[in-house]
Amino acid sequence: MTTQAKPEEVSAGSGGTPFLSVRDLSVRFSTEDGVVRAVDNLSFDVAPGSTLGIVGESGSGKSVTNLAVLGLHNPDRTEITGSIKLDGQELVGASNRELEKLRGRKMSMIFQDPLTALSPFHTIGRQIGETYRKHTGASKKEARDRAIEMLTRVGIPQPTSRVDDYPHQFSGGMRQRAMIAMSLVCDPKLVIADEPTTALDVTVQAQILDLLKDLQQEMGTAIILITHDLGVVARTAQDIMVMYAGRAVERGTVREVLKAPQHPYTWGLLSSMPSLTGDVNVPLKPVRGTPPSLINLPSGCPFHPRCDFREEVIGGGCTSERPPLSPATGHAAACHLKQVQRQDIFIDQIKPRLG
Amino acid sequence: MLRFLVRRTLGALVILLIVSMITYALFFAIPADPARLYCGKTCTPENLALIRHDMGFDHAWPVQYWNWLSTIFTGGTFNNVHCAAPCFGYSFAKQELVGGILLNRFPTTLSLTIGSAVIFLIVGIGTGMLAAHKQGKATDKIASSVSLLASSMQIYVAGPLALWALCYSTDLLDLPTYVPFTDNPIGWAGGLLVPWIVLSLIWTANYTRMTRSSMVEQLSEDYVRTARAKGMSGTSVFMRYAWRGAMGTIVTVFGIDLGVLLGGAIITETTFSLQGLGELAIHSFRDSDLSLLVGITVVAATLIVFFNIIVDAAYALIDPRIRLA
Repeated sequence: MTTQAKPEEVSAGSGGTPFLSVRDLSVRFSTEDGVVRAVDNLSFDVAPGSTLGIVGESGSGKSVTNLAVLGLHNPDRTEITGSIKLDGQELVGASNRELEKLRGRKMSMIFQDPLTALSPFHTIGRQIGETYRKHTGASKKEARDRAIEMLTRVGIPQPTSRVDDYPHQFSGGMRQRAMIAMSLVCDPKLVIADEPTTALDVTVQAQILDLLKDLQQEMGTAIILITHDLGVVARTAQDIMVMYAGRAVERGTVREVLKAPQHPYTWGLLSSMPSLTGDVNVPLKPVRGTPPSLINLPSGCPFHPRCDFREEVIGGGCTSERPPLSPATGHAAACHLKQVQRQDIFIDQIKPRLG
Repeated sequence: MLRFLVRRTLGALVILLIVSMITYALFFAIPADPARLYCGKTCTPENLALIRHDMGFDHAWPVQYWNWLSTIFTGGTFNNVHCAAPCFGYSFAKQELVGGILLNRFPTTLSLTIGSAVIFLIVGIGTGMLAAHKQGKATDKIASSVSLLASSMQIYVAGPLALWALCYSTDLLDLPTYVPFTDNPIGWAGGLLVPWIVLSLIWTANYTRMTRSSMVEQLSEDYVRTARAKGMSGTSVFMRYAWRGAMGTIVTVFGIDLGVLLGGAIITETTFSLQGLGELAIHSFRDSDLSLLVGITVVAATLIVFFNIIVDAAYALIDPRIRLA
């Protein structure tokens, strides 16, 4: 086994040809302190109409990956290698003009905080309609009608009058609905939702997630849902990818990963999550330590300084060798522990704590 | 909007009242006796008292201030010159009505301001936007360092230098003079070209730096990223989103700068011997010409207060989140 993982083949989850296919994606930023390896050798697929949840701590490369898919990184400071294929079209190295045509039409993004992500200077209707006009060449009137139609679809009351409101006149939940309306206005086949519910309170959060799900079923959109909330993934996604330090450390269907997680980091994430049915006297266990610096990654497995199970690895290797994500398809984890060991540790030590 | 204007206008009047009162108080705090200046060499105490009475200096300053204030509304007669309301007093040094002097001088300052403002706005904002667009590249670095250099220049350095380079040694341009625009528009522009260039050189630098920094700030805003994420072209993102956001800062600063400039560019006018309000201010101070001094101060303060109101109203047009009340 080599220290560099080989290109990994990833299952498309729900089967069929993937709509988005990412292979060996690396994103590096040059900064004054050195090169930040924000995403390293990442591969994943998203099938049409399915939802992939990407989970990880802040700085694990979730957002960077998706901004790379949209081509929104500053090319002067970013080095992107690997391949990103959207519906067969290569996006890495594509010209700005080509990307402009795809953004908002074939792929679009829902941002975390709709207050700052919507322009305070333009009406909601204009911001939605503008995308539509850009990609379809519609007239102002048609764009406005389309904006009203979209606002109706995302459940904004009195859309014909609210279309002329500014974002600050909307409530937080309505703003996020407007944001969703904006990203779906051209019926994109891929929507990247970057923590779409983090800025919202819990009841609104549930409404927004249901809305996304409904719209997905209606329009057959593939969704990448970036979140650090495993609960959100559990109720919306079919597949999960757990990211750590710019790499995928575990991947599988929601059922596989949440019911039988294999990577110590995933165990840590699950243990740190409160359970409604769990014993109140069992303290939550956070993942100890802090995320590593992406400029100076720990040698071998980047998770080893925070891992509680290093000693159990037969023959060591945690500090010297980077474990590949294996097996190549299906439920996979990047860990030196043997498959049997992982199962035993999870059942004996982790599961009882999850309640 | 109407409520806003009424409220702000009333506030402005209070400010002007305070400004004029402070000017009066300050004038009497300095040990100068204007009557003595006009009394001449053969000054007898009787003469002095007479002049003092004629000029109204024999009252305590609050009384004088009150007289000045009421004359604005009632008008008055000075040295057999009738001054109709609104009357801003009489300059004993210039033997003229203050209102007339100010009206005479204002066009020069106005012309100086308009010309240089047009230049520094176009060049400054243009360069600033270019620098923001080419952020971190050679164009940006050149623009930034040139504007830093220019903004640390002073009029009294740049002015004579420009005069020497453009007028005295090369005869490229005319020496600065003021020709009324209505008499001869070409002569007007030609006569003011050198002061315009010098004045706008320094202001351009400020506007370049301000435009660049607010554009750079806006370009990193989330909503600009959203605009790019929905496929807007680079130009549209730059102009319709980032510039829209940056405009607020620039309009604010420009409004206030305009008020300051119209109140008289003292050093520029002195450097180029232009008879504007700034040059007048210096003279009135030197001559202890109280009524003229107060007149200029009030004009300058009015302009600043007025443009402040305009800026606030304009801001509400630019940013829909601002509501006037």
